[in-house]
Amino acid sequence: MGNRIKVGIIGPGNIGTDLMYKVMRSRFLEMSVMIGIDPNSPGLKRAAGLGFQTSSDGIEYLVQHPDLAEIVFDATTAKAHLHVNAPTLARLGKIAIDLTPAAVGKIATPMVNMKDCLNEKNVNLITCGGQATTPIVYAISRAVPLEYAEVVTTVASDSAGPGTRANIDEYTRTTAEALRLLGGADRAKVMTIFNPAKPQMPMRNTIFGIPKTWDFRIEDVCASVREMVDRIREYVPGYQLTVPPVIDRGIITTTVTVEGQGDFLPKYAGNLDIETSSAVKMAEMFAEKLLRERGELA
Amino acid sequence: MRKVKLIDTTLRDGSHAMHYQYTPEQVYNISKALDEAGVYAVDVGHGAGVGGSVLQYGLSKHSDEELLTAAAAALKRAKLCVLLVPGLGTMEDLKLAHRCGATMVRVAVHCTEVDIGAQHIRLGKELGMEVASFHMMTHMTTPEALAEQARMAASYGADMIYIADSSGAMLPYDVEARVRAVQQAVPHLPIGVHCHNNLGLGIANPLAAVDAGAEFIDGALEGWGAGCGNTSTQNIAAVLAKAGIDTGADWYKLAEAGQKYVRPLVNHSLEVTNEALVLGIAGIYSSFYLRVLEASEKSGVPARYIFEELGKRKVVGGQEDVILDVVLEYQAQAKKEQQ
Repeated sequence: MGNRIKVGIIGPGNIGTDLMYKVMRSRFLEMSVMIGIDPNSPGLKRAAGLGFQTSSDGIEYLVQHPDLAEIVFDATTAKAHLHVNAPTLARLGKIAIDLTPAAVGKIATPMVNMKDCLNEKNVNLITCGGQATTPIVYAISRAVPLEYAEVVTTVASDSAGPGTRANIDEYTRTTAEALRLLGGADRAKVMTIFNPAKPQMPMRNTIFGIPKTWDFRIEDVCASVREMVDRIREYVPGYQLTVPPVIDRGIITTTVTVEGQGDFLPKYAGNLDIETSSAVKMAEMFAEKLLRERGELA
Repeated sequence: MRKVKLIDTTLRDGSHAMHYQYTPEQVYNISKALDEAGVYAVDVGHGAGVGGSVLQYGLSKHSDEELLTAAAAALKRAKLCVLLVPGLGTMEDLKLAHRCGATMVRVAVHCTEVDIGAQHIRLGKELGMEVASFHMMTHMTTPEALAEQARMAASYGADMIYIADSSGAMLPYDVEARVRAVQQAVPHLPIGVHCHNNLGLGIANPLAAVDAGAEFIDGALEGWGAGCGNTSTQNIAAVLAKAGIDTGADWYKLAEAGQKYVRPLVNHSLEVTNEALVLGIAGIYSSFYLRVLEASEKSGVPARYIFEELGKRKVVGGQEDVILDVVLEYQAQAKKEQQ
């Protein structure tokens, strides 16, 4: 096994714990430290039980022990990232991968713009809907420019955390912005539905597009979207094209569903899985670059 | 004399039934007639509320701003009301509606998800609006669980609790049980009901609600609205008048307004059709009605099959995109069987 880059996770909640299991599988990343602020946190105990260093001193622990991690995931809150963690990580020269809605750094998704972000020190994950749908809007746009993109995301109520539920407008705005900036649509709108059905359903995203021109072949749109879906499936195995692009009611329409890997979070929570999987993929892309620069990668 | 207030939703729920094509002129005329007939509030906008003009439902011909401004110009006594569905409409949309003259907002959430509307309820109160917490698809939850949601809505500052039978799936005693449970949970808040007529209970259900203590009733002129329609405003006003309940409205003026302005717009059957019965029994959100009929006609997949399949998939309001899955899967299966 080759050399790997040490990573730390701040925020030992459900997301942080799921990240930890995914990092453990990575061939470029070494799970090093889990950091929280509550000594009784079950996530810290779990990480300690697996043999990793833990601390409940918050990011101060990393200030004291800067060699513990080169890449740090922040799975806390927007407020903590903005005011405390982002400035501290910047000062320490760490690469920050921000899973909060703070959006201090560039918004990124692995298969659209991550290659352009490898010199950044702080990247933001947009939202779960952004990770699931920005690449599809981008893939459609490569085949035919879009005047308008619309995304309808339905998730199981149980998979939507209190943060998302209490700030649904912020989620909507951030996702729509990514559909424009990264997806390439001139205008974009996002609709989110929470479905309480039991058993819980996986995440579902329907993407609509109004093309700028009708001079295109839907087969080309289909091929572009399929290629993108295959690339995403490499790091989100439960990502599926359930309705390949068709013209329905005069609109380009396609649906992707996302089932999780069930690492720590339940399988139906594909919306959370794509978030943590994308974060780990981004960390791997950073790590690969660092290792290559150091000549530690063949 | 006991009082019940009428909120007319011809210009909002009725918008579903005419593919969101209302013109400012139609909105002005209908609002003026409703105002003169004495309803408490006039609900205006895209069927899915402010900010609701999306491909998932269908785009509005005219913007929220145009339609609300037209209504505001016509209203002298009645309140101008809007619907806001969190996850679709945003606080910016609500601020715009308020600037256009809306004085009442109903924050509409699926019956188990009221916490996603907390921000919007609070904003409505900050803007000085009358705020209803509007609980959709209440046949999908129990009276006890609904009562808990009402308690949460009250804690966010809602002025009233609305119980919506969005698929017209409930029987009178279902409505009654929910009104009583909510009343017990939040005795200080008035309760309203919004009913659809898919099982032909568009008058019986609000009547049961009034018996149980509801103080607000929704209707639409001519019974216009999603599915095979809502409670008919003129009909419920007449029935309540006969029951000796004061609605403040003149039912005959409502009937005349419906005949003059709404009847000419009606482009599909408002009868309880077989398809409406299937939708009501399957418990599907009423805005699916026309979309499923259209998809069925185009694809040849039986409407009943589509509705029942949607019911099995437990779709909630706003999930119209699933219709296409059902149609495509049916066609793929049929093709396989042919081979």
